[in-house]
Amino acid sequence: MVAKLSERMLLSGDEAVALAALNAGVALGTGYPGTPSTEILEAFAVLGGKAQWAPNEKVALEVGLGAAFGGARALVTMKHVGVNVAADVLFTAAYTGVSGGLVLVSADDPGMASSQNEQDNRQYARAAGVIMLEPADSQQAYEFTGAAFAISEQFAQPVMLRMTTRVCHSKSIVTVAPLPQPAAAPDFKRDIPGRVMIPAHARPAHRHMRDKLARAATYAETCAQTIVERKDAALGIIASGVAVMHAREVAPEASILQLGLSYPLPMQAIRDFVASVERCIVIEEGDPILVTELRAEGLAVEGKPERFRFGELNVERVRQIIAREELAEPVVAPGKPPALCEGCSHRPVFEALRRLDCIVAGDIGCYTLGVLPPFTAMDTCVCMGASMGVGLGLRHVLPPEQARRVVSVIGDSTFVHSGLTGLAEMVYNPPPGGHVLLILDNGTTAMTGQQEHPGTGRDLAHQPTGKIVFEDVVRAMGIDYVVSIDPLAHDNALDQALEAALASGQLAVIVARRPCILAAPKIRQYEKAAAEKKNTCATACAAQ
Amino acid sequence: MASKVINVVVAGLGGQGVVKASDILADAAFRCGLDVKKSEIHGMSQRGGSVASDVRFGPHVYSPMIPAGQADCLIVVAPDQVEVNRHVLKASGILVSPESLATVPGKIQAKSVNVALLGVLSNVLEIPLETWEAAICANLAEKHHRLNLEAFHQGRQATA
Ligand SMILES: Cc1ncc(C[n+]2csc(CCOP(=O)(O)OP(=O)(O)O)c2C)c(N)n1
Ligand code: SF4
Repeated sequence: MVAKLSERMLLSGDEAVALAALNAGVALGTGYPGTPSTEILEAFAVLGGKAQWAPNEKVALEVGLGAAFGGARALVTMKHVGVNVAADVLFTAAYTGVSGGLVLVSADDPGMASSQNEQDNRQYARAAGVIMLEPADSQQAYEFTGAAFAISEQFAQPVMLRMTTRVCHSKSIVTVAPLPQPAAAPDFKRDIPGRVMIPAHARPAHRHMRDKLARAATYAETCAQTIVERKDAALGIIASGVAVMHAREVAPEASILQLGLSYPLPMQAIRDFVASVERCIVIEEGDPILVTELRAEGLAVEGKPERFRFGELNVERVRQIIAREELAEPVVAPGKPPALCEGCSHRPVFEALRRLDCIVAGDIGCYTLGVLPPFTAMDTCVCMGASMGVGLGLRHVLPPEQARRVVSVIGDSTFVHSGLTGLAEMVYNPPPGGHVLLILDNGTTAMTGQQEHPGTGRDLAHQPTGKIVFEDVVRAMGIDYVVSIDPLAHDNALDQALEAALASGQLAVIVARRPCILAAPKIRQYEKAAAEKKNTCATACAAQ
Repeated sequence: MASKVINVVVAGLGGQGVVKASDILADAAFRCGLDVKKSEIHGMSQRGGSVASDVRFGPHVYSPMIPAGQADCLIVVAPDQVEVNRHVLKASGILVSPESLATVPGKIQAKSVNVALLGVLSNVLEIPLETWEAAICANLAEKHHRLNLEAFHQGRQATA
């Protein structure tokens, strides 16, 4: 873990971003956990930065945008699918622009090491019209983060820093250098036409945004992130992100153009590079974005066969692309799949759901592992919060004997993230036979490594703060049938509660509450520390 | 140290200290002044699934991932994970597994097998003993130092 500034450090990409954010004077770091981005804010907090978890990515980006409107530098972190949640903010923030630097880290997961899809968020830079930087290792993660704040302020635009699993989680050496331009002091300057996006303001704002992008494209031609390594003229490689490293290893003699600022593209620099080599290949992980754009410019560049769109690139795959080899993908022996921990409080829940032959609209978290044997007790899992809407949709259309077996199952962190609007839907459009929602409250965001959330009542640094009590929220939103239960209490308490709720024909919510066993010892410690603090305060106050 | 890149894969199951062992190894190489890259996928590994971590060091390391068939050493902490990982090794590569500890004196606690296996590995790498010890201490809480330093030294006494 990063602790202090030093000349040469071995850091993960995530830690390097955190260190750069600190050195760039970031006033606020916010985000929602998601592999492989989670460690950025955790490291930023350990370094002494002000970091907080938002209930979801949309809120995080809004908070970051507010800070940037106030002239401060803000860092917002999330995994690739988090940007879908935050997209509504992003697209219009590209119109409003910012005063202080706003950097949105999108941590993509090609290969889906721990994600539900492998969307390529380079598409977002194009769709929303924001500048994008793509570091290839930890050194660049550090440098590009610093540059991202400077660029964001220079063009008064949000900047996306796109990382991937291999950049976030790989460790490599960082030589810590001072970063350009110190942060300015926050100060509110009114700019109604610039920030209030009614159509009359948004129309010119869109044109203004395109002008900024045109200027950013000129800037990209000569910026420090457009890196040309001229070697042999026989082979030229255009790449971004970690693909640059694979390419260097495979073809040490090749000339390489790294597009570190990958949107908007430095078209003249690219044209010159292509003209300077005999054969030019674009090596990009994920979607064929660069190759399509370069060909649209009339450039004769080679791309990769379609099969390389899927999964991560690596040295061998890059070698095959360059050698134009038509090999089949190697079959790798499957490792041991993950499973719910022994003693996990989710286990009895999925045993019960299986026994009762429920149709389970599931959600994302550790509990998604309830889909695997011996449980096989989950029928759908799409995105965070979808258990609620999908369960309701099924209830509305299925024949009664099936509809009454439908249960929506959601984790505590996921419920706060995007279950609350689903609950509103449940109250507002109740299916004729009612519905059953099961909230699995294990007191933590277990999946991503035990982060706090608004339902735990502790902040990112595990200190007490405001707490959302699920039963209260459910009642306040208009559902009176709420039961809380310890899933491990005794053999069939959970079965009974579920059966009763399913038979009721009403809207019912069951909160299954028992801490994640991996998190439990720490939760006890935090609670003890909080109680002690409260006691000392009480004594101190009484003494006054 | 050698002029070429050394590739070591550390593999096992979530909860066995695979990532910790690779952190220690990467740190030791880092302390030798070498270029180092270390990479693993640790998404759901805490739930007991397979984990493998790549550590590469030498004068210049580019990709953070070790290409299949190019590992100089493979350390496997879980005996049943040897076969799924064997394909990473070079023909002349060295396999280090709990079996390698059969000849060491004394018993090794389950939670420091990872560090004991680093001890075995240390016999074939040119990293000074003090550097190993410093890396072990830097990557573990103080209360675990003694046990792990002992395990490391036990591992070092393994005869091939
Ligand atoms: C939009 C989005 N953000 C973040 C994630 C990463 N992620 C997956 S599940 C999850 C939360 C899991 O927590 P919880 O619902 O409490 O279930 P638990 O893992 O504790 O069982 C997170 C953060 C994601 N898949 N999608
Ligand atoms: S980490 Fe916690 S929630 Fe996840 S499987 Fe283990 S015990 Fe269950």
